[in-house]
Amino acid sequence: MKNYDAIIIGAGHNGLTNAAYLAKAGLEVLVVEKNDYIGGAAASREMHDGWVYSSCSYVCSLMRQTIHRDLNLTRHGLLLVPYLGSLCFGDKGEVLISYTDPEVEYNALRRHSPHDADAMFRFHTDLGRYAQLIRKTLLRTPPDPTSWRPRDIKELLWLAKEFWALGERELYEYIRFFTMSAADFLEDYFENDLIKASMASPGIIGTALGVQSPGSAYILLHHVMGDVDGNIGAWGLARGGMGAVSSAIAGALQEHGGEIRCNAGVKQILVENRQAVGVMLENGEELHAGIVVSNLDAKRTFTQCMDKNDLPEGIYEKAKNFKIRGSSGKVNIALSALPKFTGVPENHYINRGGQVFAGSLESMERAYDCWKHGRWSDDPFIESVIPSAWDPTVAPPGKHWMSNFVQYCPSKLANGPWTPEQRDQFGQSVIDKIERYSPGFKDLIVHMEVRTPFDIEAEIGLTEGNIFQGELTIDQLLFNRPFPGYAQYRMPIKNMYMCGSSTHPGGGVSSACGANAAREILMDLKRSNTVPEDDCYDE
Amino acid sequence: MVSIIQSPLVQHDAKQVLLPSPFHPRIEQHCLVKNWMSWNGYQTARVYDTLASEYFAIRSSCSVMDLTPMEKYRISGPDALSFLNRLVVRDVSALKPNRVTYVVWCNDEGKVLDDGTIFHLHQGEYRLCSQHHQLDWLLISSLGMDVSIVEETHEVAALAVQGPTAYSVLSAAGFDGLDQLKPFGILHTQLDGFEVMVSRTGYTGDLGYELWTNPSNALALWDALFGVKQRGLYDLRCIGLDALEMVRIEAGFIMPGDDFNTAETTVRAGHDRSPFEIGLGWVVNFDKPHFTGKQALLREKDRPIERRLVKLAVEGNKPPVDSFLYDGKKGRRIGTIKTQIWSPILKANLAMADVEYRNGKLPVQIWAEIYYQKELEWQVTWAQCRISDVPFWTHPRRSATPPQNC
Repeated sequence: MKNYDAIIIGAGHNGLTNAAYLAKAGLEVLVVEKNDYIGGAAASREMHDGWVYSSCSYVCSLMRQTIHRDLNLTRHGLLLVPYLGSLCFGDKGEVLISYTDPEVEYNALRRHSPHDADAMFRFHTDLGRYAQLIRKTLLRTPPDPTSWRPRDIKELLWLAKEFWALGERELYEYIRFFTMSAADFLEDYFENDLIKASMASPGIIGTALGVQSPGSAYILLHHVMGDVDGNIGAWGLARGGMGAVSSAIAGALQEHGGEIRCNAGVKQILVENRQAVGVMLENGEELHAGIVVSNLDAKRTFTQCMDKNDLPEGIYEKAKNFKIRGSSGKVNIALSALPKFTGVPENHYINRGGQVFAGSLESMERAYDCWKHGRWSDDPFIESVIPSAWDPTVAPPGKHWMSNFVQYCPSKLANGPWTPEQRDQFGQSVIDKIERYSPGFKDLIVHMEVRTPFDIEAEIGLTEGNIFQGELTIDQLLFNRPFPGYAQYRMPIKNMYMCGSSTHPGGGVSSACGANAAREILMDLKRSNTVPEDDCYDE
Repeated sequence: MVSIIQSPLVQHDAKQVLLPSPFHPRIEQHCLVKNWMSWNGYQTARVYDTLASEYFAIRSSCSVMDLTPMEKYRISGPDALSFLNRLVVRDVSALKPNRVTYVVWCNDEGKVLDDGTIFHLHQGEYRLCSQHHQLDWLLISSLGMDVSIVEETHEVAALAVQGPTAYSVLSAAGFDGLDQLKPFGILHTQLDGFEVMVSRTGYTGDLGYELWTNPSNALALWDALFGVKQRGLYDLRCIGLDALEMVRIEAGFIMPGDDFNTAETTVRAGHDRSPFEIGLGWVVNFDKPHFTGKQALLREKDRPIERRLVKLAVEGNKPPVDSFLYDGKKGRRIGTIKTQIWSPILKANLAMADVEYRNGKLPVQIWAEIYYQKELEWQVTWAQCRISDVPFWTHPRRSATPPQNC
């Protein structure tokens, strides 16, 4: 039987990226995937006749353009199109219209608050200062602060230098920022409730925190530090849905001779003499390889795919306590026409971006309260986008597809397990809310796919349906991700690595985790590095 | 025989020094940011709303651009074909009716005056489109020939409809028979009772068409197209010249006057270029009996060219605006960047560059010295460049017949 150089578990975008870079270095690699389709949470699936849904992740901003270029992802079919603007709806029916052009945006904000329109420039400057530092670390392996190896010391010095360059005052601000809530952070800049709600929304997305929870300010940053074509903070949609990202990377992988096997879920990572030697599939088949790379989240990898006895002391507990709470659901809706929203003028600047049903900081916090009590939110926060408004490939002509990201939604309900009826009720709460802002919306619905965190875990394998493979709080970031001492993609078992979003730099369709892990693996194998350096806009 | 018909320019309005295109009433409504420029004397949009949305309309859905300002000449009469075949360096004697071809023409010294397209409209009747005003040269070139040359720039309204859904949009707008129209083909058809000529041509490297009609039908044509958007069927967006500049470089099309100095405007010796020097040797046909510049171009075989226009991919993300090019980092200077863009589809800096060409060889190594600003501080960096022999970007749907739907 074939002995591979490397087996990668999970054909999500990071697993495919990792495999592609290993294959590019000449390794014989195999990616095994439990589902009958690739992409994990970055997948496009035709769930209704003629409609292609990005079932889970739906937008993209952190994707490293250097990887895009290096793996020829365009030739393999990837086209990322930036959002143009967005709408944010308030509790009282007010609408904030955002534009990408700063001058036009200024005029739009002034209608809500002249002060806030002005403060937005200061806000973006401060956020830009914090973001540029983090952004530089995305395609770098975090240093181990306890190590004396020259590489770690060099990297620590680099990090210290970058922090120090902020200046003393900003350094304090930065440390404060890491521990603040999004709401408190925004209080320093804005007075208008809707503007605050709109700016706070990236602080909670994918996270089991509320706008008032400490740490949510960093989540906000994580969502605005990406870029599309050098436009920092911009978000892009993949033509053909997010599956186009995965299939393009898979194309690059296959170009370099890598293999992918679907319907091949891993039951256990095989360990002999404290070394990973391969995997056993769910059907009992054993596959052998020089190294094993897990693209599954840290909790699933160590608590479900490994024999506890194979693990060094403490690792199982660390994995068990890894913070990976599910907080968001997804409702994909096929529409017979483009919905119209009350108070929104016809303007092709606008109908191309997203819609955020944020309400106010108050209602966002109330929505979080429901989650704490094991219920889905009565009045949920929804971030929507209608990709078919610009992408002709995801819905039939004249028809539309709307992606709705919903918070909050728990993976376990207080009153027992999720049932299909409860899932439908959750879906109903979402369309009820949209209908309030778009009368007649429900009449446009042709098909609906409702996904709770429970469904996402069952299908994609993300523990609790957490979209980031582990929360992005400071205790689980940089050299603490996933666990202190294991942030350099090497796991406690020899020849075993991790490459998913549980590792630095965390969640989002970035390809950075997979690429960083590949660089470490190639270093251990004494192969020449195939992973490019990041394109930096900050130097 | 020469005739020039009345054009709007004859009636001079001192308050309207730039001409409005026949589509202007609609363009004015669509152009939200009022970012105007002039193109061949017409008021033309540089950007309609945001450059990114216009660029991606071309690459992802469907774009509409007003082509009216492009120079157009009607060429007919008994000597029309022999005139054209003597004018251009390419052999166009076999160009069938309802076909279009790309051409370049030179002066007697074999230096390029302009590039353009010849449309064989009907048996013996042609349209020549060019980037720059060429009437003077066309008339000089026609001496002694029985040919009619009429400038019809202002008498033909034209729109470019380009992008993956261009075919679907035109079909939905009521155009029939496009399914069998091959690249560089022409279809004379009717839309709502008026004549429209459709050619499967463009400047984007993707599926696309150009529509030609009498200016009196311009608004009806526009409304028929945008009716498709209004009915909610397909998205389409107006694009300005900035977006066009991006896609034409991606598609590897050169722009006379920007990428090289045209012979007509060259004052200083050596600043003009032959077709071989701009990488268009493939359109030169030495087998045909005679064409303007032939002797000079034949002499280039003995006296090899020393410059070449090349397509350059420049590493990194710093824009190589006007950069000097060197044969190594801090090496010897061998050329300059002429035009450049950031390509959102390829995530790369792409450029047209003029470089040294020694002993029939292109430079092995090319480095760009790039000056750029960060918060008003100037920085300098070096980026390695790679010559591309093929267009940076093209798509199979550009040439598929019948065309794809999206």
